[in-house]
Order: sequence, then structure tokens, then C-alpha cells
Amino acid sequence: METFILEMRNITKLFPGVKALDNVNLKVKKGEIHALCGENGAGKSTLMNVLSGVYPHGTYSGDIIFEGKECIFKVIKDSEKMGIAIIHQELALVPYLSIGENMFLGNEQSDGQFINWTQTHIQAKELLKKVGLNESTYTLIKNIGVGKQQLVEIAKALAKDVTLLILDEPTAALNEEDSNNLLNLLLELKRDGITSIIISHKLNEISRIADNITIIRDGSTIETIEKGSEPICEDRIIKGMVGRDLVDRFPKHVSKIGDVAFEVKNWNVYDPMRDDKKAIDNVNLKVHRGEIVGISGLMGSGRTELAMSIFGKAYGKSISGTMIKDGKEITLNSIRQAIDHGLAYVTEDRKSAGLVLNQDIRSNISLANLKELKRNLLIDSNKEIRVAEEYRKKLGIKSPSILQKAGNLSGGNQQKVVLSKWIFTSPDILILDEPTRGIDVGAKYEIYEIINKLADEGKSIIMISSELPEILGVCDRVYVMNEGKIVGELDKSEASQESIMKCIMRSNGR
Amino acid sequence: MKNVSSLFKNNIRQYGMLIALVCIMAFFQVATKGILLVPMNMTNLILQNSYVLILAIGMTLCIVSSANIDLSVGSVCAFIGAIMGTLIVNMKMNVLAAVVICLIIGLLIGVWQGFWIAYIRIPAFIVTLAGMLLFRGLTITMLQGLTLSPFPNSFTFISSGFIPDIFAGLGLGVNLTTIIIGIIISIIYAYIEFKNRAEKSKYDFEDLPLTLFLIKIVLIIGVINLFFYWLALYMGIPIILSVIGLLILVYSVFTTQTVPGRYIYAMGGNEKAAKLSGVNTSKALFLIYVNMAFLATIAGIAFTARLNAASPQAGMNFELDAIAACYIGGASAYGGVGTVIGAIVGALVMGVLNNGMSILGVGSDMQMSIKGIVLLAAVAFDVFSKAKSKS
Repeated sequence: METFILEMRNITKLFPGVKALDNVNLKVKKGEIHALCGENGAGKSTLMNVLSGVYPHGTYSGDIIFEGKECIFKVIKDSEKMGIAIIHQELALVPYLSIGENMFLGNEQSDGQFINWTQTHIQAKELLKKVGLNESTYTLIKNIGVGKQQLVEIAKALAKDVTLLILDEPTAALNEEDSNNLLNLLLELKRDGITSIIISHKLNEISRIADNITIIRDGSTIETIEKGSEPICEDRIIKGMVGRDLVDRFPKHVSKIGDVAFEVKNWNVYDPMRDDKKAIDNVNLKVHRGEIVGISGLMGSGRTELAMSIFGKAYGKSISGTMIKDGKEITLNSIRQAIDHGLAYVTEDRKSAGLVLNQDIRSNISLANLKELKRNLLIDSNKEIRVAEEYRKKLGIKSPSILQKAGNLSGGNQQKVVLSKWIFTSPDILILDEPTRGIDVGAKYEIYEIINKLADEGKSIIMISSELPEILGVCDRVYVMNEGKIVGELDKSEASQESIMKCIMRSNGR
Repeated sequence: MKNVSSLFKNNIRQYGMLIALVCIMAFFQVATKGILLVPMNMTNLILQNSYVLILAIGMTLCIVSSANIDLSVGSVCAFIGAIMGTLIVNMKMNVLAAVVICLIIGLLIGVWQGFWIAYIRIPAFIVTLAGMLLFRGLTITMLQGLTLSPFPNSFTFISSGFIPDIFAGLGLGVNLTTIIIGIIISIIYAYIEFKNRAEKSKYDFEDLPLTLFLIKIVLIIGVINLFFYWLALYMGIPIILSVIGLLILVYSVFTTQTVPGRYIYAMGGNEKAAKLSGVNTSKALFLIYVNMAFLATIAGIAFTARLNAASPQAGMNFELDAIAACYIGGASAYGGVGTVIGAIVGALVMGVLNNGMSILGVGSDMQMSIKGIVLLAAVAFDVFSKAKSKS
């Protein structure tokens, strides 16, 4: 009889309008490494946030049994006290504090009133040795790389006497060597009796270290694969992750594809923060008139960076490569120039980068093309109202009037406002970055219809999406990106969830 | 009736401070037994507050565009005064030439501060704090701690002169020119309103019901003409009022009806979104601070002319008056919200409080405390009403 250290039973978590988790069950055995797999947005991180108390007890339904006791976590501290530590994808270290200070942040070693710094650094040194990090405990966090920071996070967790360690995509930002070190460390910790849950997209890593794998899709547990009973084959995991029916979630559409409208050749972009890191590595892509091209890939694969660097160098530095539009080479040095050349970029995050939330629908729609509304020196406000009304009707923005503030609209309607803004600039090339993120199924369908209509008008669409079904349902051709490179180009006939995932996995393996 | 109440509710935030201003004026009118609004005092009120009104216009743009403020304007006023004094009093330079030189220097100050703020991206708070010290120091150095005086009449005229009455010969006892100007302005106003309404109804847009529209027009025209009649009872239109009126008009139109004006609100609401919509936010920020220094120069010239002296202590706390005026007038401390007219109303609230309390003999110590409370109350009102409208 094996003992489970953790059982999560029938966890259901609702967000406004979305069921993020639907009766999820997760059982983790004592002393194992348990992997959690699923697509972006499947609910993995939400589940872990429920477990660690980020979403307090009462905001979800279901039970958490940890070491035989039912747990009621109100704050993160509660779960930490039980020995559960979570290491998020975005590291929670303070850059201008030293390694030692960070490790005992919130867990200060004090004798009575004051912090005992000697004791702090002695203990920190011990723990660093354990995780195999050869750095002074006085080094500032900002001066060490991401790989080492990850190790500091683990050491920080160990300082709290952790019994269950949760890692959310720990190797996503690491290179091969650092990833290897980290995985070896996890195996070592396992020998010391520490249980870990690891969330990862890198299936080769998972099949290497995991004892059991639980697959989550659309907020439900699909299955748990045990390593003992059968060898874990990557194809099996992929099938579990993506296998779902696609019944009419996408409008039927046949694109009328014309000549090449836009082409990017040998595109190289460097990370603005780190001179030595290539964010985009020799990318070539083209899009025809009337065509919808998808860019697929996991989070952090460089899709947004690619789009923004094309859009008037809105991202990156030392950008090189050529851009050809309608057979002529063009150079775009500012966003204004990009707009004037007929490019449009619908941002990934409409709230922080797409809309001015405290302004009304009207002002948001006109913002990128106010010169169209100019009569002499002034803005023709009547024409502006007419334009806004026209787009409200055309795109079906549901609001009592165009004077409604953008911040008060639902996600789908906000996205339609952003689309209206860019359609009003009459672009030839539309780059849509996650155009349906966070909006409900019905509104998604309407957005797809708008995209199809734009393509029918002869515009070229480049659609970035993390949702594979969406890429397959809407696009005529798919580029697969990983780590800043294009690692595959698939025609509509060859593209499938498996073939796209394979492109990514193959390039990861290298 | 439901329509009227909902209309009122929707606009309470916009008109709230205007109503407060009317209430404050009514209170002091009663408390001072009618002294507040005698024609002479009203004219004085405008002359006294001319510099705050001018500064508040520029400060609105700073606050709206980037939720930031310019702390250097008081020192810039003093510095410009010192230059005026040196050029006119010491060097006997022609007044017009001195004004032109000062305006150029003002623009250069703006370029200096705008460069650090917009292109090096040092927070405006810090750059203008440095400017506040720098220009105050330069003022004292330039004046060697002394006050320069007196200026020739051709200069003090800017702040104490009135537009001459061309009908003075008729001996009517009132300034007829002023009344006629008031009437002309009302006709232009009514024409614009009616034209707008006609165009709107052509496209079937929602607008005020006709009766309400007419009430509004009659009310505003009434206020305009009463105001000009009151001015006419004293000496007519102060020169500086015509300057301020022109600035208010130009900046109101600029902020609400031009493309760059729109960009200012957009970048204040969400700089990233504005940038990705093709707005050159750095350039806009630069020009906003150049403009602020330019307006501070005009305020400095006006204040020096009114004081008839260039003093090392001139312009103390002007920046705080201007900032307070903007916030009282409904500008958001988070950027993206605020109007020129609002800032003017805010400045008038402060001005009437100052003036009314002075007439009542309230000490300047108490005046300061009361103004502090008013500022806090006005912004708190704004925060509460915003929280309410959200739910």
C-alpha cells in the first residue's frame, strides 16, 4: 500500500465567466517526482495556486489532503508552514539583495529582536552547497544568471524545511546545461525524500525524471500515466494533452490566396536587456494576399518579440534583415512609419498595451488614425462619432453607446474595439497576437469571422496563437516557432496538433 | 424628468467643482456683506490670480500626459523677473526687446528640462526639483539678493492696464467697449453651439433635449454678459485678462480638438497603448515641458509687472498653487484625466478663498491651513465619486 502525500479531490475553481478547473483530481505519492502536463491555459498553474494558497480556501470547491490531514489554506504562509513551497515561472527574488538575504526573506534568522546575519549566511552557505551552487552568499541576485537564480529559489525553499516542492516551468528560461543541473538536483532531492511536482512543456525532460504524469486539459484531469507500468512515450503525452473534438468551433472559410504581399528575410533581433542574447534568430517568413498565416509555439518562444520587432522596431535592438512589401524593400524605424506603410499590430495584452481603458470606445477606435479625421487643424468630432458608430455596428461591439469607457467592456468587446482601431488604419498586413485570449467561445467565433472577412478583402493576416485548435481551425499555413527560431512550416493539409508539437519537441531535443 | 436627473448624475463630476465655486462665492458674498463681488474687487481678484491661472494651464498638460508635475515653475517665474529687472531697470533696454529675450530664455529652460525628462527619462519630479533649486539660486545670484525697482509704465501696463474704451467720450459712466465685447463673444458662442447641434442632428446623434439646450445657452450667455457688465462698471477689461482668455481658448481647443491634444490624453491613460498606436511619446513629453516653461515665463513677466519689482523671493510656492488648482479642478493624479477649464475653475476656487478670507481678516496662517483642507476634500470627493460610479 503506497501512501499519498497529497490528494486534491474534485477541485473546481471559477473565474468570472470561465470554469478554470472542473473537478480536478491529483494524487501524488510520497517521495516521487510528479509531472503535470497540459497546454497553455489548461489549468496547471491555477491548480498549483489553489494548492499553495494563492487562491485561498473558499474561493474554490473541493478538498486538499496533505499528509493525511485536510488543509485549509487562507494565505501562502499557511501552506509554507505545512512544508509546501512553490517556485513560480517568474522568479520571486529581489534583484538588489544578496543571495543570503533573499534566501531568508520572510523567514529571517533572528535572536529575539534583531536579525542574526552571521547565522543567516552560515545557513545559506550550507544550503547553497546542497543545491550545488558555488557562489558567495553576499553576491547580489542581479549579478547571477537565471539558472543560478533558479537554484537560489530551491535553496530558499529548502531553508523552510520543504516536504513538497512545486516547480512551474523551471527550465523554460534555462539553457541545456543549466537545465541538466536542475534536473539532477531534483533527482538528488528525491533521494533525500523530498516530493516534487514539476510543470513542464519539455516532454523529454519529463519522461526522463518523472515517476508519474498527470495530464490536464481544459481544466479537467484526463489521465495519470505511471512510469512503472509502461514506458512513457512522448506521443502518448501529446495525444493526451491535445486530444479533443473540434466540432464547428470555427467558421468554414476558403481563402482566396494571391501574390506574396509581405516578406521578412534573415531577421535577427537581440534582446534589449542582454546584448549577447539573440531573441530572434534568422527568421524568414512570408504572407500572401488574402492568406491567414499562423505562428504557433509555446510561451516565450519569441513570437511576440518577432511581431513587435517587425512593427517599427517596437522591440529589440541591433535588428538586421530585410523586409519586402509588395515587391519593394522597406525600412521601418518607428511605429508611425509601420502604420503608414500599412502594417497593424494587435497586441497580446489588450488591457496593458492595446486600449486606453479610461477613454471611451470612440477615442480608442480613432487613436491610431486621427489624421484621417482632421479638418484643417482640428479633429472633426462628428466624423469621429460616425466612424466609431460604423465600426460598432460592423464588428458587433455590444455596448449601449460609443461613449462607454473601454475599461467597462467585456474581453470580447474590448478585443473588437482594438480590432476596430486597427482596421480603421486600413492596413494591408495585420498581425494579431493572441486575438482570442481570455474571451469566451461565442465571442471567439465572432472574432474568427472578422478575421476571415478581412482576409477576403485581400488583407494578409499573421495570427499568433498558443491555442493549437485555433491555429488549425483558422490558418491556411502555420509557422512553428521555438527559442526564437522558425522550426517548422506546415501547410493546412499537414498541420495537426501532433505535427506541430513534434516540431517543437524535436527542436528542444537538439 | 428621469432624463434630467440622469443627465445631472452623469455630469456631476464635471460640474461638481463649478457648483462648489458658485457656493464658495455665494458664501463669501454674504459673509463679506457684498464686498467680494463689487466690480473693483472682482477685477482685483483676476489681477491677483493671473499668474496661477496661466501656470495651471501648463500644469494640466503635465499632469494629464504623465501624471507628473513641474516643480520649477515658481523659480522660473522669479528667474525671468530677475532677467527682466536686469535688462529693463539696470540696462534700460526697450520693454518689447526684453520680453522677447525672456520668452526665448524661457523656451531654452524648457528644452533643458524637457531633454532630461523625455529623452533621458529621469522622472519629471526630480528634474524639476533640481530646476527649482537651480533657477532660484540663479535668481538670487543675479539680483545679488536685492530687489530691482521701479519698472517703466510701459511694462507695468501689462498687469495693471485696461483695454481703452473707445466710447469714453460719450460720458456714459460705464465702459461701453467692454459691454460690446461681451455681446460679440456671446453671439460667437451661440453660433458655434447651434451649428454643432445642427450637424449632430443631421446624423441623428444623441444630444441634449432642445429645452435643456436652450436653458444652457441662455444661462451661459447670461453669465458672460453679467461678467462683462461688472467689469465695465469698474475700468473695463484688464489687459492681462485678455491674455489669459486667449490662452484658455487656445489651450482648450488644443487639448480637446486637435490630434496632438488627443495624444496627450491617450499617453496619460496608457502610455504603452499610445506608443503602439504610433504616438511619439518622448517627443510629446518633451514639448509639454517646453510649453510649461514657456507659460511659466509669461506668468513670470505678468507677475513682475504686477509687483513692479524683481525680487529674489518672487514666485515662492507658485508651483504648489498651480498643482493644487489642477487637482481641485478634477485632474487625476494617475494621469489621463483633467481639463484646462477644470484647472481654471480650481484656480478660481483657491483665488476666491484667498480673497474672501483676506477681506474677512483671516490671517495668512489660517488661510494656508484652510486651502490645504480644501485640496484634500476636493480630491477625496473625486475619489469617492469615482468609486461610486464603478460599482
